[in-house]
Amino acid sequence: MIHLTIDEKPIEIPEGRTLLDACHEHGIHIPTLCYHHALEPYGACRLCMVEILHPSQPSRLVASCVYPCEEGLIVQTNSAAVQRNRRMTAELLLGSAYNTPEIVALAEELGVKEARFQMPEEDSCVLCGLCVRACDEIVGVRAISLIHRGVSKKVSTPFEVSSSSCIGCRTCELICPTGRFSLNEITAFQGVPQWDSKYTRLYRQVFEDSDLRPYFVQDVSTLREG
Amino acid sequence: MLKIDSPAHLDTWRAELVDATDPERQRIAVCGDTSCRVYGSEKVWSAFTNEISQQGVDCSVDYDVKLTGCHGFCEKGPLVVIRPQGIFYTHVGVKDVPEIVSETVVGGRIIERLLYTDPNSGETIQQEEDVPFYKHQLRLILNLNGILDPSYIEEYITFGGYGSLSQVLFALTPEEVIEKVKMSGLRGRGGAGFPTGLKWELCRNQPGDVKYVICNADEGDPGAYMDRSIMEGNPHRVLEGMIIGGYAIGANHGYVYIRNEYPRAVKHLQRAIDQAEECGFLGENILGSGFDFKVRIKLGSGAFVCGEETALMQSIEGRVGEPRPRPPYPTESGLWGKPTNINNVKSWASVPIIFGKGVELFANIGTENSKGTAIFSVVGNINNTGLVEVPMGISLRELIFDIGGGIPNGKALKAVQIGGPSGGCIPAKHLDVPVDYESLNELGAIMGSGGMVIADEDTCMVDFARYFMAFTQEESCGKCVPCRLGTKAMLATLERICAGDGQPDDVDYLIELGNEIKSSSLCGLGQTAPNPVLSSIRYFRDEYEAHIMDATCPAGVCKGLITYSVIPENCTGCMVCLRNCPTDAISGGKQEIHVIDVEKCTRCGMCRSVCKFDAIKVI
Repeated sequence: MIHLTIDEKPIEIPEGRTLLDACHEHGIHIPTLCYHHALEPYGACRLCMVEILHPSQPSRLVASCVYPCEEGLIVQTNSAAVQRNRRMTAELLLGSAYNTPEIVALAEELGVKEARFQMPEEDSCVLCGLCVRACDEIVGVRAISLIHRGVSKKVSTPFEVSSSSCIGCRTCELICPTGRFSLNEITAFQGVPQWDSKYTRLYRQVFEDSDLRPYFVQDVSTLREG
Repeated sequence: MLKIDSPAHLDTWRAELVDATDPERQRIAVCGDTSCRVYGSEKVWSAFTNEISQQGVDCSVDYDVKLTGCHGFCEKGPLVVIRPQGIFYTHVGVKDVPEIVSETVVGGRIIERLLYTDPNSGETIQQEEDVPFYKHQLRLILNLNGILDPSYIEEYITFGGYGSLSQVLFALTPEEVIEKVKMSGLRGRGGAGFPTGLKWELCRNQPGDVKYVICNADEGDPGAYMDRSIMEGNPHRVLEGMIIGGYAIGANHGYVYIRNEYPRAVKHLQRAIDQAEECGFLGENILGSGFDFKVRIKLGSGAFVCGEETALMQSIEGRVGEPRPRPPYPTESGLWGKPTNINNVKSWASVPIIFGKGVELFANIGTENSKGTAIFSVVGNINNTGLVEVPMGISLRELIFDIGGGIPNGKALKAVQIGGPSGGCIPAKHLDVPVDYESLNELGAIMGSGGMVIADEDTCMVDFARYFMAFTQEESCGKCVPCRLGTKAMLATLERICAGDGQPDDVDYLIELGNEIKSSSLCGLGQTAPNPVLSSIRYFRDEYEAHIMDATCPAGVCKGLITYSVIPENCTGCMVCLRNCPTDAISGGKQEIHVIDVEKCTRCGMCRSVCKFDAIKVI
């Protein structure tokens, strides 16, 4: 067992857990975007930053979803530095997805109402990579990927050519935290199997059973019409 | 080729090679590095070969003509050095070759016009080592670059090559090797300065049989070419360092991750690997020691972020070059999940020197916490553009003025950008700061990999920072939010300021945003990307404010903020500017004072650069 202090509370946790796991177990709320309990942590959205304090070194911010619990660690999940940083990240996200209700709500939760910098075009894809990772880790087909880099980065099939791997299961659509992901849009020209094929229903059953739907979708059936 | 199977065998071979070298033999070394090649050094080299065979009948002396690695003084290329006399010729063209052969090589006479002229004293300098550019340097890693032909392993052997390896394999245990590297004080030359011996030890102490060593040769900073020159000019030294590292760590496989944009370095390195395998320095049972080590080259595909160690390993594995979070560190779980030790080209090249010249010698160079030499590619507004190797702790002033020859056209120095797009700029007032890891960090710059850009008084620091920000924004992999969107936001703000649309709180916004990007980005690229902006604000805040508050660019660079006009008192009506203006924005007849039409003017600066009477002003 590992002993550490989170928000002045002594915590005991088995080895191999992340700081975010520890926070979840002890009811400490940490905002996340790219984290999903069914997937490997990715460390991309940087909303889950927490501050770790060392007696001898200056304190620093780490992403709690990927940082392992270490013996004797002192963690603050809501210090001034953490709040400042999360607000800036939320502001940047808001500047890119300013018409996306989920992002607007997330920013508001962190106290950000307006973004000082706005991207010329709104894009509700926040590149959290959940769709890509779900396609790889849950469905196991790796039909989609993140292509290009920087602000040009986007979700697509590798090399933007027709993917013979896609089975049309739409796990990607379901797991998308902003509802932006549209399989048809990405693979429209590629003739993937349609939503109602027998094959895909099986997969849909898998994610319904394992509750992979995003938190904002109360009823999966509303998505079926897609 | 000869297969070397024991240290004694290596010594015999070396002795034979040294014996076969006539010290009196004339050796002509033509710089074959990329920048000299651009000036036509390859043609100069073949002209020498032809000329000598033509004049050969009349000659009584033997010659060697070599196309070597980078001599360093790129500003004066193509460079030719004639040894053993050490005569140093600059800007040599094909037309000069017959004269050099008949006059200098055969006749022993100096050709004055090809010698280097000291711009301060106006005197010519004959010997390479007397040229101020070389005189103040300490060339440990680059010492053989201008001497040996990288095509032949024999040349490296003659100069003691692979001697350190044979010493290490037979006289030292891996633990002793690590101890010696620790004692030498060598720190990572990739920029972060992590103690190399400690890194090796961490990797060695990891459980597991399979470990890897990687040479990071994905050099991508704008204006930096140290690693390329080492690999092109002396690839065997890098390999020797890697083999020693592999032995110390307990790794049998090494990778060199090198960017595809360096075709000649790839070629030279691959040839060196092949030769080393043939001679028994690589492969199984190296020199009969029982240690096996293989090296493979992996080519990068043009992503700057792949110089970051975790992204680099992803790329070697065949995945998208995106960094992954640390911990676990590569020494714990690196390439294919195995303990991996990554070092920069310069770090690897330093290793054979530590064992060849002795730990004490290496540890005695430099400052308390930064040992050995640092290599910089000095570019920008400086007289002696080139590759410079200096002891750690030398002052920037010595580096820029004694070695670099100062700023061209009598301009004043404004700032030095160290560490490329991850580094910061240091203003002229801090010129006496010693060049070492800690001192540079304190000033908001970093040692970095060795890029050094000199900015003179005509440089606009806002525009300068904008340039580096545009680079990092373009090269951000886009995985994490602060780097992807934050660098974009910073760049947009800088562009707005340069265009004259800056807002009063823009500077504070840049500082706030920059600090948050630094503290929360996933990898080193984002964590350092704001440095050029933050350091230029720290030292040149007045320039930012002039752009925003007064709508002027003090250096006269930002086109949105400047206008060109004619100073009537100075204008002679010579019509030179009028003829050169690409947009016909200047009117006026012969001996009439010219007038610039602000509407038509694109602020290209052509009129100002062609005017001989200083009659064009920029406001």
